[in-house]
Amino acid sequence: MSVSSYVTAGSVDDVLAALAGGARPVAGGTDLVVGARSGKSSLPESLVAIHRVAELRGVRVSADGLRLGALASHEAICENEEIQARYSALADACTIVGSHATRAQGTIGGNLMNASPAMETGGPLICLGATVTLRSAAGERTIGLADLFTGPGKTVAEPGELLISVDVPAPAAGTGSAYLRLEYRRQMEIAVVGASALVTVDGGKVTDARIAMTALAPTIRHVPEAEAALIGSDGGPAAIEAAGEAVAAASSPISDVRGSAGYRRAMAAVIAGRAIEQALARARA
Amino acid sequence: MKVATTLTVNEIAYPVELDPGTNLLAAVRDVIGLTGSKEGCDDSECGACMMLLDGKPVNSCSYLALQAEGSEITTVEGLATGEKLAPLQAAFLSEGGVQCGFCTPGMLISATALLDQNPSPSEDEVRIALSGNLCRCTGYDGIIKAVLSVANAV
Repeated sequence: MSVSSYVTAGSVDDVLAALAGGARPVAGGTDLVVGARSGKSSLPESLVAIHRVAELRGVRVSADGLRLGALASHEAICENEEIQARYSALADACTIVGSHATRAQGTIGGNLMNASPAMETGGPLICLGATVTLRSAAGERTIGLADLFTGPGKTVAEPGELLISVDVPAPAAGTGSAYLRLEYRRQMEIAVVGASALVTVDGGKVTDARIAMTALAPTIRHVPEAEAALIGSDGGPAAIEAAGEAVAAASSPISDVRGSAGYRRAMAAVIAGRAIEQALARARA
Repeated sequence: MKVATTLTVNEIAYPVELDPGTNLLAAVRDVIGLTGSKEGCDDSECGACMMLLDGKPVNSCSYLALQAEGSEITTVEGLATGEKLAPLQAAFLSEGGVQCGFCTPGMLISATALLDQNPSPSEDEVRIALSGNLCRCTGYDGIIKAVLSVANAV
């Protein structure tokens, strides 16, 4: 099957009209075109290129939080010093997506909407409490990112809906966050196992915690049992180990060429523990 | 379906007619005829096809050619000035950074993008930045030395 219809959108309204007509969006192409080239899925019959839509660009940090346009590139996100300082887990993730070519072309909207259980940015954004705004010709809705994913490659978005922006509230004072993955290669790598941690520290106590796991379940998701192991604790080795074990216990990994389910489960506790240590170090800094 | 468009490669505008599913690498190699960029893995793993798109690196096997309309594309053929090699190209020769040569166009583009963003990288930074580019001869040492020699000369 070949592409029989291709339009370049100049505005969000152009995109929504094309989507309503059955087109699929393409931005950086780093998932869509790669998937087609590798034979995973052929290119859609009808495409709308959204990469020139100015309304979908932008990385804006304010006192209230962070707003990312759907076309914000991984490069633009990880180079932003305010994101590095206050939304560190997201910067960690965008820094290691693909290679510098992927980071220059790949977008946050594409990364999220492809809904890979191994994506880098999903875990950090869930821990940071992100919401996403979806718009179609019929209207607009904003949902929690954790509610977007329904399975590998699947989201709650309707065919006519486009991800417009991602909003992240400003983290509380005393908060640190981190994302880590187990990798075999430094670039063009997909997480074997990944973990995100966000902790808020007040005095000697952990007052809030959000832990999410990557490549360990059919979707990126947070792990309440791991969070419970940390909240109220001193954030010491015993609490970190308990949280890591809780991530391993909550995981349901697959076996594939990248690792067996048993290996992934064993590494889940290790990687989660390291992410928590890093987040705590940043919270205390 | 063929779509008429213009692709600007190394500052030359090429009018072309492309199937919308054509990737940028196929358009530049097979339609325009600039064969410096290579097809290695065809799966965005190896970086042999890397070009610059408005100065930013892109794995051209994984980018739709029609999306590059209105952008400046740079391939390895565009790095030299006439007969005068770019400093990175000269360094690859003098430091033994070329073995079979298949990865070289992508390596040169990748290193050009790196030095544009970070003119004086450490050895570690060079190794990490180029790790999206595979050398099937495993000749990394000469490549890293070549990039560092240019970085240190700046």
